[in-house]
Amino acid sequence: MALTALIGFNVLSSIAALILLSIGLGVIFGMMKIINLAHGEFLMLGAYATVLSTNAGLNLFVAMLVVAPVFVGLVGLIVERGIIRFLYGRMIDTMLATWGLSLGLVGIITTIFGTTVKGVAAPLGGFSIGPYQTSTYSLFMIAMAIIVVAGIWAMLRFTRFGLIVRATMQNPAMAAALGVSPPRIYMATFVLGAALTGLAGGVLVPVSGVSPTMGAAYIARAFITVIGGGAAMVTGSSLAATLFGFIDQVVTFKTTPVFGQVALLISAVIMIRVLPQGITGRFFRRSL
Amino acid sequence: MTPRSDWRGFCAVIAAMLVVMFGLPQVTGLFGLVQATVFIAMAMVALSQGFIWGFGGIMSFGQSAFFGLGGYTYAVAVLNMGDSSLPLVFAVVLPAVFAALLGYFMFYGRISDAYVGVITLTVTVILFNVMNSTAGDIYHIGNAPLGGFNGMPSIPPLNMPGDASAALDPEQFYYVCMGLLIAVYAMLRWLLTTRFGRVTVAIRENETRAMLLGYDPRLYKLIVFTIGGGIAGLAGCLFTNWGGFISPTVFGLSQSAQIIIFVLVGGLGTLIGPILGAVAIEFVISVIGTQQTLNADLILGVVLVVFVLLVPQGVVPVLRHAVQSLTQRRRRVPVGAAKEARS
Repeated sequence: MALTALIGFNVLSSIAALILLSIGLGVIFGMMKIINLAHGEFLMLGAYATVLSTNAGLNLFVAMLVVAPVFVGLVGLIVERGIIRFLYGRMIDTMLATWGLSLGLVGIITTIFGTTVKGVAAPLGGFSIGPYQTSTYSLFMIAMAIIVVAGIWAMLRFTRFGLIVRATMQNPAMAAALGVSPPRIYMATFVLGAALTGLAGGVLVPVSGVSPTMGAAYIARAFITVIGGGAAMVTGSSLAATLFGFIDQVVTFKTTPVFGQVALLISAVIMIRVLPQGITGRFFRRSL
Repeated sequence: MTPRSDWRGFCAVIAAMLVVMFGLPQVTGLFGLVQATVFIAMAMVALSQGFIWGFGGIMSFGQSAFFGLGGYTYAVAVLNMGDSSLPLVFAVVLPAVFAALLGYFMFYGRISDAYVGVITLTVTVILFNVMNSTAGDIYHIGNAPLGGFNGMPSIPPLNMPGDASAALDPEQFYYVCMGLLIAVYAMLRWLLTTRFGRVTVAIRENETRAMLLGYDPRLYKLIVFTIGGGIAGLAGCLFTNWGGFISPTVFGLSQSAQIIIFVLVGGLGTLIGPILGAVAIEFVISVIGTQQTLNADLILGVVLVVFVLLVPQGVVPVLRHAVQSLTQRRRRVPVGAAKEARS
């Protein structure tokens, strides 16, 4: 019983991590059909911002919840203005350019900080499920995932900005005719996606090592979650994260974490084959 | 381009490659030759990417999967068999079969371009994760331990067919590599002049139209992808031979990125472009490696971004177009020239 509860808890925290990892990418992909291959490096930048400001004496939670998103959001702004805006509508070219960006960012961070792994101890201690000890920080991550998803959903559903974003997503030409400037909305969305990614990078710091190449470990998972989710950014990413997180943890429990990852990726590849438009291309088509 | 100028260009390229093949050992020492050999292995994998991307229109982000698979296949087979002739064949056939299976899965599922990119990338990541976790004595194939993250050391080099004790020395190996590169280049050029090659290019230009004319794009793409996989496997085999070593980093993302950069810099839609791009970029990386201030990843990233934004068609097509417009200015050749130069 306690074991089942523990596995259930692990599944939940794995889902939460996947949601946090992929939601920034999902916002950018859902809105502009841009696959940002520098996503992993945005995570990495968020993580570095968190570690550095914590080491400078800032409170860990301020660092991860404020500094990381603001910093990566600014980086996103520069990237969008400098590179991405010339490439809208050219999917393969954006993938290549952002891949170049990702290599460049790894290079810059390696040059500045070296390849050593940095980290911060997990705060909040632990609690026990029956005879098993587990980390309270995972609870925090689950809460963060819920807050982020609910926040984006509410923003899209209830605010004026959300309405404009949805309209631009559906029909940019019509939105432009009604006085909205699609390039501006694209810019804002890209910055929002980057900031969310920075937040995720910050939140992941206590549970993972921080090194210049850490992005590569996450990029495939984030990617496949977003693509598996399909066009609806919030529902799609959440559903796909739930499915893949579940598969990952169950296989991990039966074998090793490596095979958990492999099972996740294989099932995702099969799902793209069966549902090329993602989960929300077939089901829940009217969701956000 | 007319068939005749095509034929002349082909002869010129082959002649130039032959000059390099026999000229280089005269002007450089053993160290230079050994370095040239790894450039050739990289040029070979760039050629495979250039073929499937530039002519088949398949955006593979995972050519390194076949490259690494070829390397590992050779390593495992040669450690078990001793003689290197069959392992060399396996290193081509196994990646080709894997490419055929993966290609069947993708193309017959009618998966669009960008998702082909994502799937190939994911497959590479899977291979990387799996090979990384094979450390320890329980993971071995026959006599060959897979070594996990540490890779497989002391892999025997190629030997004279049938005689495992007569291993090739570095100079002989250089000639083998260069000869293979020329042969593969010539084979691909020939393939593109056949009916098969023309249909492939037609599919790249307009898949729907080719389909309406009665060709099955799925089959053509599958065959192109399979050939590309086999060539990449051969390149991986040469690479493994060169260092006598292979590790999971051959499946790494930066390896895949490098291959794409080779093609993009050299020129998409040409075969000589990727070869030149590979040699040039590899040369730049080896120069960067000798100094400490700038990081190779940084340079590669900047090169990739700059080329996507400013020279998306690559160096060779731009040069070719420039030369053509110079020679043809007097004859006032019409608008079509620019378009043809790309094909």
